[in-house]
Amino acid sequence: MSPSLIHAIPLSGQVINLCAAIMLLLGFAMLSQRRVLTLINLFMLQGLVLFVSTLIVALTTDQSHLLWSAGLTLILKVFALPYILHRLIRRLSVKWDIETLLNIPTIMLIGIALVVIAFNVAQPISQLSGTITRATIGIALACVLLAFLMMITRSKAVPQVIAFLAMENALFFAATSATYGMPMVVELGIALDVMVGMVILGVFFFQIREQFDSLDIRHMERMKDE
Amino acid sequence: MIELAFVLAAPFATALLLGLFGHRRGAAEINSAGSLLTLLAAGLLTMRVIGEGPLILFDEQFFVDPLNVFLIALTALVGFTTSLFSRPYMRVEHDHGRLSAARLRLYHSMFQMFMCTMLVALSTNNLGILWVAMETATLTTVLLVALYRTPASLEAAWKYFILCGVGIAQALFGTILIYFAAERVLGHEGGALLWTHLDAVKTQLEPTVLSLAFVFLFVGYGTKTGLVPLHNWLPDAHAEGPTPVSAVLSGLLLNVALYAIIRCKVLVDGALETHFAGNLMIVFGLLTVLVPAFYLSRTKDVKRLFGYSSIEHMGLITFAFGMGGPVASFAGLLHMTVHSLTKSAIFFAVGHAAQMAGTQIIDDIKGLLKQSPTIGWGLMLGTLAILGMPPFGVFTSEFMILTTAIKHYPWATPILLTALGVAFAAMFGKVQGMVFGEPSVQPLSHNPALLPVFIHLGLVLMLGLWIPPYLADWYRQAARLIG
Amino acid sequence: MNFYALFAQLLELAIALIMAPILNGWVNQCRAWLQNRSAPPLLQTYYTLSKLFHKDVLLAHNASSLFRAAPYLIFSCMALASAIVPTLSTELIFSPAADAIALVGLFALARVFIALAGMDVGTSFGSLGSRREMLIGFLAEPALLMVFFTVSLIAQSTSLSTIVETLAHREFVIYPSLAFAGVAFTMVSLAENARVPIDNPATHLELTMVHEAMILEYSGRHLALIEWAASLKLFAYSCLGIALFFPFGIPSAADPAALVVAAAILLVKLAMGGFVMALIETLSAKMRIFRVPEFLGTAFLLAVLAMLVHLLLETGQ
Repeated sequence: MSPSLIHAIPLSGQVINLCAAIMLLLGFAMLSQRRVLTLINLFMLQGLVLFVSTLIVALTTDQSHLLWSAGLTLILKVFALPYILHRLIRRLSVKWDIETLLNIPTIMLIGIALVVIAFNVAQPISQLSGTITRATIGIALACVLLAFLMMITRSKAVPQVIAFLAMENALFFAATSATYGMPMVVELGIALDVMVGMVILGVFFFQIREQFDSLDIRHMERMKDE
Repeated sequence: MIELAFVLAAPFATALLLGLFGHRRGAAEINSAGSLLTLLAAGLLTMRVIGEGPLILFDEQFFVDPLNVFLIALTALVGFTTSLFSRPYMRVEHDHGRLSAARLRLYHSMFQMFMCTMLVALSTNNLGILWVAMETATLTTVLLVALYRTPASLEAAWKYFILCGVGIAQALFGTILIYFAAERVLGHEGGALLWTHLDAVKTQLEPTVLSLAFVFLFVGYGTKTGLVPLHNWLPDAHAEGPTPVSAVLSGLLLNVALYAIIRCKVLVDGALETHFAGNLMIVFGLLTVLVPAFYLSRTKDVKRLFGYSSIEHMGLITFAFGMGGPVASFAGLLHMTVHSLTKSAIFFAVGHAAQMAGTQIIDDIKGLLKQSPTIGWGLMLGTLAILGMPPFGVFTSEFMILTTAIKHYPWATPILLTALGVAFAAMFGKVQGMVFGEPSVQPLSHNPALLPVFIHLGLVLMLGLWIPPYLADWYRQAARLIG
Repeated sequence: MNFYALFAQLLELAIALIMAPILNGWVNQCRAWLQNRSAPPLLQTYYTLSKLFHKDVLLAHNASSLFRAAPYLIFSCMALASAIVPTLSTELIFSPAADAIALVGLFALARVFIALAGMDVGTSFGSLGSRREMLIGFLAEPALLMVFFTVSLIAQSTSLSTIVETLAHREFVIYPSLAFAGVAFTMVSLAENARVPIDNPATHLELTMVHEAMILEYSGRHLALIEWAASLKLFAYSCLGIALFFPFGIPSAADPAALVVAAAILLVKLAMGGFVMALIETLSAKMRIFRVPEFLGTAFLLAVLAMLVHLLLETGQ
């Protein structure tokens, strides 16, 4: 518990910790958000935080491949994906408020519980880490769980996809910040998959709407085992 | 080296080629030819591994050992037979107007791409690439499941995408945790994601991290394997996609996901020196055997029926690997082989049966035997085989699993027997109704390719009666590897 | 007796009493600018206060002695609160008593009295306002306490002076938890000071008001005291925010020169804080009273998160 320990962390580590905290904050903001447009903007901010933290890791550890993945993050998650999503909702004209399946305070309380769980789970691990920003793995796990919660409490397709992408963000954060950069191949793969996923979903949204007249997933409950 | 390059490049090149020409005449033939090439390369690779032992290739990113070589061969084989089956099947679908030419192109291209990702997943040494390949496999199959663009197929694809997307994200977190643990031992540049390196230092890996990593990997890849309670996507995806896709999903993809779990289990067992991973697999394996058995009797759709049956068998295999030991692991590997052969054969027969009846509702399909004896017999024999009737191979593996369970986990035996009994009663009754009786089905506009059905069933029969010595030897080596 | 501490304490109290109405006026001025209205003079609150002090007190027939005593009690609570927040120096005469939890208690005490006074006369608007005020207080207090707990964990003490000393005089370290706590604190202070997303200080629309509804029956010097107390509360909260989250420039050594510098810095910070508050008020719309629990629940959640983040990221266990 000694406060002196934090002073041992260099500035870069502290900034990454700050990024971690902001990631978590954004996770909660997305969880409680009612408007689709704001949701996309929050997602963009999350991408920006991710970019900053990756950049700092790249600069402090001198791993040039992380610079690439930071650039990739910037292009994909700050510019490309939000742009695609904005265009999508404009073309689908889905600017309505998001309905949640539970009321928001309840979701928030569950969210807090999830964070506590994630921190508890991550506690033993973070003690073992060799990197100075070891605690971020707990935050990353918490963000993954929050995105997961968001996914299951939203009934519309677009928020679900944003939740999915937020989950990818959190994982990416874990990969770069907590472990100080996984091998490049993996990062490339992740970015590629996100991209491919988006293309597929772009196609998908239109199909779903054509068939169900709505992007509400609750309309899709015809398949039952009777 | 060149063989593996071929195994991976052939489907990839075919996918690109079909992406351009998949809507023309002869696309189905190109598809089969590509698959055949893959199969031949896989055969050569297998012979090479028999002769020279395990290979580590391409800057250590790929490797072939007794565990994955037989899965590669199996995947190539089932891929090839499925491409044979899909030729007339897709023609009929096209004739019925369910698919446009553009969709056909998408189908052919994605089918080969899917084969490619599975082969990459099986042969890679890098846990990161394994994850990427699994994710890409998910994306390609999402497109395949949604091929018909009907509401039901879109729903199934959406469910599949969301559930498996979430699941696979958990697996990535598990992979990150493994890297996290390995980096301390192997260092940053030491190939901390390469399985062979990890395997060499597995006893030094931090047990707490590894056990947590395994939980995530198990949940992640387990979703893809269809383990209860994350199995919901599986029956839908099987029922709504084109039948060749159902066949490869059941026969191959589930195996590949399970293979990923097994690879990770080896590492975790080495680090933990307890039976933690095994116990987890036993519990969820048993659950996965038991739950779908009770869904079987309520299912009205024939493809869903066999989807649930696949879940059940995956549970059985997970249970077998969970028990561990030479006999159970041997049985698990054998069961993987025979299940994938039998299930894909069944789907071939079911696909044509559903085309003849114009529906997938079990009650509306009657008298297959009278209208088309080959399809009828294929379905009947396949069902008997999958239900574990002697002398088919499924019986052998199930018998081995059961005897091991009686010996080491006697409490699990009644659960297994109940589930198998319930499944038998439910499935046999339903298939009997479909095969016998007065026909309600029309003949097909194209001759069905039923050779694959009987090749598969013949192989399963052979494995039930006599396992070729070199195959048994492989299984033993692989079982030793799994522990 | 430490004369420096006494001097600093008196200076701080004087600044609080003098500056509080000006801060209020400044926020109103900024708000007017931001909304493109012609701004009231900076000293408007003073004019109002002096006008009210010169007027006679009119009391309802059934007003009890509590109704008459409440304004003085509230005013003294707020004056004391402003006095114990270490803004100019951490060496104050009240420093030993300046406990974070005691401060929350002080605010609660004032709240209880204003709510009781609101109900005393028995008009329906007064009771309505009191009820709403208690609802807001009930939700805001735990959040405020959580914020204090977080900073207390960082400083290992609940004494405000120690907290400020720890935060202000250390090498530069980023505390992510403080960012969370800061946001939570801002939300709580908006609610506690009857500011826009929760309540509108300028409203006279009976159905939406909270704070104004409670003091409808007051007049003359009573009303003046309550208004002054309200501006003191705002001042106390602003100073608290500054002390906890931007404590740079608060001297700890007994140095009168530093005190002057600190006062100047404080004024600049207050001006900026007031502008930010006006900005928030301009940018947000008043929410329905039913949404308030959600708003304050979020504040509480953020405060809890701050604590969790502190425990995970900053203790280095």
